[in-house]
Amino acid sequence: MPVSKETLDSIALSEKEYQLIVERLGREPNEVELGMFGALWSEHCGYKHSKALLKQFPSRARQVLVRPGEENAGVVDIGDGLAIVMKIESHNHPSAIEPFQGAATGIGGIVRDIFTMGARPIALMNSLRFGPLSNPRNRYLFHGVVGGIAAYGNCLGIPNVGGEIFFADCYSDNPLVNAFCLGIAKKENLVKSRAYGEGNLLMLVGADTGRDGLHGASGLASRTFEGDTELRSAVQVGNPFLEKLLIEACLELARTDWIVGMQDLGAAGLTSACVESAARGNGGIDIDVLKVPRREKGMTPYEVMLSESQERMLILVKKGYEAQVKALFDRWELRSDIIGRITSNGIARVREGEKLVAEVPIGLLTSPPVYLRRVKPPSWIEGLQKINLSSIPDMSPRKANKALLTLLASPNIASKHSVYRQYDHQVGNNTVVLPGNDAAVLRIKGTKKAISLTTDGNARYCYLNPYLGGAIAVAEAARNLVCTGARPLAITDCLNFGNPEKDDVYYQMKECIAGMARTCRELRIPVISGNVSLYNETRGRAIYPTPVVAMVGIIEDVSKHCTAEFKHEGDYVYLLGCTQVADSSIGGSEYLQVIHGTVKGSPAIDLNLEKRLQRCCLEAIKKGIIKSAHDCSEGGLAVALAESCLLGGVGFTSFDLYFESRLDAALFGEAQSRIVVSVSPEHAWLLEKLADRWEVEALRLGIVSGKRLIIKGFIDLSLNELGKAWWNGLANFFK
Amino acid sequence: MRFGIIVFPGTWSDRDCYYAIKDILNRDVSYVWHKETDLSQYDCIVLPGGFSYGDYLRPGAIARFSPVMAAVEEFASRGKLVIGICNGFQVLCESGLLPGALLRNDHLEYRCQWTYLRVENELTPFTSVLQKGQVLKIPISHYDGRYYADKATLEELEINKQIVFRYATPNGRTTPASNPNGSLNNIAGITNKEKNVLGMMPHPERACEPLLGSSDGNLIWESIIASIQGNAR
Repeated sequence: MPVSKETLDSIALSEKEYQLIVERLGREPNEVELGMFGALWSEHCGYKHSKALLKQFPSRARQVLVRPGEENAGVVDIGDGLAIVMKIESHNHPSAIEPFQGAATGIGGIVRDIFTMGARPIALMNSLRFGPLSNPRNRYLFHGVVGGIAAYGNCLGIPNVGGEIFFADCYSDNPLVNAFCLGIAKKENLVKSRAYGEGNLLMLVGADTGRDGLHGASGLASRTFEGDTELRSAVQVGNPFLEKLLIEACLELARTDWIVGMQDLGAAGLTSACVESAARGNGGIDIDVLKVPRREKGMTPYEVMLSESQERMLILVKKGYEAQVKALFDRWELRSDIIGRITSNGIARVREGEKLVAEVPIGLLTSPPVYLRRVKPPSWIEGLQKINLSSIPDMSPRKANKALLTLLASPNIASKHSVYRQYDHQVGNNTVVLPGNDAAVLRIKGTKKAISLTTDGNARYCYLNPYLGGAIAVAEAARNLVCTGARPLAITDCLNFGNPEKDDVYYQMKECIAGMARTCRELRIPVISGNVSLYNETRGRAIYPTPVVAMVGIIEDVSKHCTAEFKHEGDYVYLLGCTQVADSSIGGSEYLQVIHGTVKGSPAIDLNLEKRLQRCCLEAIKKGIIKSAHDCSEGGLAVALAESCLLGGVGFTSFDLYFESRLDAALFGEAQSRIVVSVSPEHAWLLEKLADRWEVEALRLGIVSGKRLIIKGFIDLSLNELGKAWWNGLANFFK
Repeated sequence: MRFGIIVFPGTWSDRDCYYAIKDILNRDVSYVWHKETDLSQYDCIVLPGGFSYGDYLRPGAIARFSPVMAAVEEFASRGKLVIGICNGFQVLCESGLLPGALLRNDHLEYRCQWTYLRVENELTPFTSVLQKGQVLKIPISHYDGRYYADKATLEELEINKQIVFRYATPNGRTTPASNPNGSLNNIAGITNKEKNVLGMMPHPERACEPLLGSSDGNLIWESIIASIQGNAR
């Protein structure tokens, strides 16, 4: 074999895969061709290990206009001639190496995926995972990532309206930075990315091409790496100002009929942009790398084709319109160059002037091998799920106050205001419910409607039980939307796992996806786009399996939206859904981790109950029966009550409550399918009737009153004390 | 009467200003590209927020050399109304139309949050429908909003009543805690000596509907309209 193992390693191809290339091509590929295969057959672009599993996700529904993989992002119809375009994507590996630029360019990449389709980006969210903040390296990563998101996103004028942040040991060397963007477009203005029509032109717009980001897709995102190698050159540096100009110029262009399509340059740069759009359009491409404007001298064709320089767009220009398109970009002071043309022969041809440097059938580049394996459950998982409850003493009532304060101050539960106040979350004049609630709500101008957005995914549950953890990620995201009065419409997901070539990791991925898919079908929510990030491990240690579910829902009448905070003294507070929890619900809980230092047990969910609960809550909000709704999640019932009090600035006093379970499970257990709602006393009977009709239990817990949180016999704390713990829990690490 | 909203490369609150003026207040408004030099058809020029030219070098430092800025200076010298919001305020300071400078926030972080502004001078075209001491709920969103000027300039601002808004508590007390960025004397907005050019860091265009949390920003646009139409008090 003429290629060394080192070369193959550097582009993350196995020897077997190399042999497959030789066989299919009928010859040895040259250096440029091999680089192109490496990029497109990488996990990041080619989904070798995940494609077969992802097929389980339901992706068809009446409202779905563009399904996963068809375009740069998924699209759903929201009526009134409008479409929502959305996607989530990981930028984990770059952020682990250079947190500020890694996170910043993650925003840049996901935003390009959205405006490429002719949609104006109107919302960002970020789902982040870090190691514990007690470690200075983790504080550095956290600070860098948040700073990078703020610097890039704020400059673009797109509000960052939500997301989540979760801390666990396993992310210490491998933080997760998942970026979500959502855009809105008139249906007729949607742009596709399909290179077709012999003689149409390829125009490259935006930044010059440099050596930055070489091997981003194959090197960084598709293998594990050890801390000592210098990988910084594989991370790009962002220029949000240039991106802002590209947004405005491309959206202007989307309204003309001068183009056949647009495609952003992301992972694997020009190679994937050209090849993927040609594959979609059943066309071919002919590029001259000498026409590509360079940032530095002496770049080889290989470097030009694989550079991941940011802020570049490929415009598929209709023949004869190049002058108009160029003039439009000139007005925005953006550089644009014709670098090649579209052919109809299905071949990717790359030239350097007259010299041919690569010639490969597009079909070969876009059909990497797909792996599907049978694997057994890891040997350790049974022991992990078994929890001997008798070995964990129940909490004594006099310790409940302290436990609640400790949990509220835990960074996983504490207020994230010190983060989201660094993000512009109001630009655009649409943000009705600001970050810090169950889900963000954005109204849709020109209609009565609003959309609701959230991201969810409790990786601790997935670690303990990948199938149920996956199921809960979907169910909880839907529950969060329902709490705002929204009907879930669609999901985009980011699947973060370790090295899939290891059986244990593959098992986790397989089970998580199966659990998610089952829940999607059960709740009838299609998956319309997504991204897979594998090889998230350092020194042989994988992260928790971390599927992140970003979900959008629709509120038909924005004036009927609902929020989490208690509103008025005298209102009754009810717990809807699972009103008596099992002792085992402390398994996998934040309580067990924080108070007992243990991650054990298994989460549980009854999807039938979940479905009824969500429908019941949604109907109660639509009919205007309830005044607040808040999902019980990390920290359980006591934390949910505390949050509703703190957000509303008003207290709560319980009736004499009887708990069938252990006290710690009743207060802090994380049983699913529970929503805390408040209702005015005169509407309480309506709520009870409705709950009865949906066969959902409704337990009257107490009354909104005063300035204290009182759960009789167990908890009695002032809002002041609760607020101090919750408000400063995260911020205190940076004092 | 007609508003003109200047669009620099990198501006983003142009669209929100347009929305507030056109869709909420139902007034004539158009965008003005940064290369234009004729402002004769406008009664009030808005320099909106954003990151003009990426805020590279210093916020507003490059935008002030845009062709349109010479026209804005001429426009202001004729006594016409100019309002600069956020990045617009920074551009006005850089161009010398307003005194002082906007430095990086004292905590060195970006800040997006609701603030409360106490009206200090109700006798300007931008506050003509407001009362002295009235408190407005309007959000901020910036890295560089810490108002700074030397002692002599500050004294002059106070004497000439050029300070229009100060950050305050919801009930109108100016405290250190109500100051979100370390601005001297809690300054959130000032005018020039002639009172026809206003710069403010908070975003009135965002506080345009109760659904979004406040409609207090409309009072500033309504003041401008009343002043131009001659029916201010």
